[in-house]
Amino acid sequence: MSASRDDDPRIHGIKSKIRVVPNFPKPDIMFQDITTLLLDPEAFKDTIDLFVERYRGKNISVVAGIEARGFIFGPPIALAIGAKFVPLRKPKKLPGDVIREEYVLEYGRDCLEMHLGAVKPGERALVVDDLIATGGTLCAAMNLLERAEAEVVECACVIELPDLKGRERLKGKPLYVLVESH
Amino acid sequence: MFAAENGLKGDPRLQAISEAIRVIPDFPKQGIMFQDITTLLLNHKAFKDTVDIFVDRYRDMEISVVAGIEARGFMFGPSIALAIGAKFVPLRKPRKLPGDVISEAYVLEYGTDCLEMHVNAVQPGERAVVIDDLVATGGTLSAAIRLLERMGAEVVECACVIGLPEVKGHSRLNGKPLYILVEPRKIEHCC
Repeated sequence: MSASRDDDPRIHGIKSKIRVVPNFPKPDIMFQDITTLLLDPEAFKDTIDLFVERYRGKNISVVAGIEARGFIFGPPIALAIGAKFVPLRKPKKLPGDVIREEYVLEYGRDCLEMHLGAVKPGERALVVDDLIATGGTLCAAMNLLERAEAEVVECACVIELPDLKGRERLKGKPLYVLVESH
Repeated sequence: MFAAENGLKGDPRLQAISEAIRVIPDFPKQGIMFQDITTLLLNHKAFKDTVDIFVDRYRDMEISVVAGIEARGFMFGPSIALAIGAKFVPLRKPRKLPGDVISEAYVLEYGTDCLEMHVNAVQPGERAVVIDDLVATGGTLSAAIRLLERMGAEVVECACVIGLPEVKGHSRLNGKPLYILVEPRKIEHCC
């Protein structure tokens, strides 16, 4: 499910602030750079507001953000809707007891970790990242939350690359994005 | 340089913020008492208070840039930037930022590391604040200051949630004011 928000006047401004950098991090990849969005206080605020308007009052107590760009969007959303922020990190960054979830990359594997006890059973959670491509990382994030017995309500990203069909890898959970890039 | 000496003496929010920070012994290696701010992020009121204290301080200082140091500076910086109407500039480990960057090396206990910033993220004359969760030796913050100054920005202050004993007694870092909310909490050892 994705909400139709193309008629919201703020969307155009947000999309126009995202910079595409060709051949990064390797040839033929058109990298969607959100740092230029962060340089425009109004557009950055609009980005956060769109998510906050959607999730406020929905009894969401956890916003989980994926390292590292999910750390930029997740906390402002969490603070505005009264939720806790839970960072999901690359291996060996979180101190203390963690649970780990491995996932497959184009070449090889990677791993995401979450603190044991960060999330309680039954909590309603969002997963936030700047972009969804193949959906592998988001799926790993959802798995971590579900292993802690939280309920993943929705995944939220600024950008979707629909051609990579990441939406289909979210185990039937809904995805909400602000802009699509083909 | 500590908030309690800078107008917030006895502010109950500081006590709650301090108590929300978890101390993990021997991480990432033996002898280090790691100050874990993730437990602060789990406490909505304490997290909000942390951001509000910084926002109240910087709101009327004509700050147009909040620069946050990867990765824990990203957890605090953007909320501050949004509240004061400033841009947020991520300062990142090498090869994470796409496009043209400037790079500044800094010394670690063993070896060196490097921080990068996008060229054109800041304009000459912009007033900037640098944010990180914690300041220890100040090496990373110093590199951050140099990056901003190389692009002609004026670093008004460096702000951290926690300041380790190494910085106690120093109210400035490389000539720049340092603003810190809390000291590390000590925990009892049984060995």
